[in-house]
Amino acid sequence: MNIQEALLEYCLRLGDNSLIIGHRMSEWCGHGPILEQDIALINIALDHIGQARNWLTLAGELEGMGRTEDDFAYKRDAHQFRNLLITELPNGNWGDTIMRCFLFDTFNFYLHQILQHSKHDGIAAIAEKSLKEINYHLKYSSEWVIRLGDGTDVSHKKMQNALDDLWMFTGEMFEADEVDNLMLEESIGADLQQIKEAWNDYVREVLEEATLKIPENNWFQKGGKQGRHTEYMGYILAEMQFLPRAYPDAVW
Amino acid sequence: MATAAQIREWLTEVTDPEIPVLTLEDLGVLRNIQKVNDIWVITITPTYSGCPAMKTMEEDIIAALKKHGLENFKVETVLTPSWTTDWMSEAGKKKLLEYGIAPPVKPTANKKVLMGISETIICPRCKSSNTRMLSQFGSTACKALYVCDDCKEPFDYFKCL
Ligand SMILES: [Zn+2]
Repeated sequence: MNIQEALLEYCLRLGDNSLIIGHRMSEWCGHGPILEQDIALINIALDHIGQARNWLTLAGELEGMGRTEDDFAYKRDAHQFRNLLITELPNGNWGDTIMRCFLFDTFNFYLHQILQHSKHDGIAAIAEKSLKEINYHLKYSSEWVIRLGDGTDVSHKKMQNALDDLWMFTGEMFEADEVDNLMLEESIGADLQQIKEAWNDYVREVLEEATLKIPENNWFQKGGKQGRHTEYMGYILAEMQFLPRAYPDAVW
Repeated sequence: MATAAQIREWLTEVTDPEIPVLTLEDLGVLRNIQKVNDIWVITITPTYSGCPAMKTMEEDIIAALKKHGLENFKVETVLTPSWTTDWMSEAGKKKLLEYGIAPPVKPTANKKVLMGISETIICPRCKSSNTRMLSQFGSTACKALYVCDDCKEPFDYFKCL
């Protein structure tokens, strides 16, 4: 793999993370427990989709084959997506959704904090822009984890269950492969080990305040970054890609 | 022959479709007007990555300039340096307040970055400081939802970015 190929992969991973978690969160539209929280989740979903558009547009420019953001979003099959598995899991209940957001937002926050200083101008620009938004996402999910974890017996139990279920999907975020290593060597990408330490510190602090117990399980699922997805991915694409596949010439 | 000042004047006709009292310049979205190789390049920058109003603003710029007979121009979107509420003009902040939206307040020196306590926001209706945040996320990406505990009215706050 050469640097150009790794760079394209790297942008697709960033774009696909945003696109898929953004799509998942958009499924809450009209289903939030109360109006304010419905609106909040949809605002965050919109940020993710906006960021995905920037990353996938950059991917198209880097590839130089004329592919647009829409081509990447609507004309790839599951194995061509590079998002982390944690982003594609079903929403579950409100607590599951909030916990997933919290675990991912923390990672996303530290990742973008590093990427805003990337040697690659395009990556640095998108990261700097996105970081301001991610800051709000992390604030939001952290506050809810604490409120629900340290809440009633029922909310505490639901949050602990969510954490137990999602924990095995957190390891993949820090698992560096050839793409990550190449990008790190070039000072384009982030050091996942550095992010892991910051992530651990912050997640532990918030979970402690939320009176939640970190699972002892150290076996982690992986594969999303390389295109090996869960069975849920096909269902996401079936919904997300239906319109442009059924009506290829449809315009807004 | 058009000048940059003239184009800037024409562009005051273009407003934020979601907050129609603000021009693109008030909002800080209009970054630059420059002639490059006989083509006027109008540079804009998005407020939020997912701001659905950006496309409309671009189309409105094109329509406004064509209306004034300008032909050789293009609109470019840049991400860097990234937009901040600091770029909103003082005139813009005043218009926002009159429109019923509390303008952005500079974050205080308070170092609670992640779990920060929100700043005191003045109610745009009764000017009371006895207000509280209902939700960090409001009717559009750039606003938070507040309520005034004196006049009891809910209001939008244009949040800092
Ligand atoms: Zn009031």
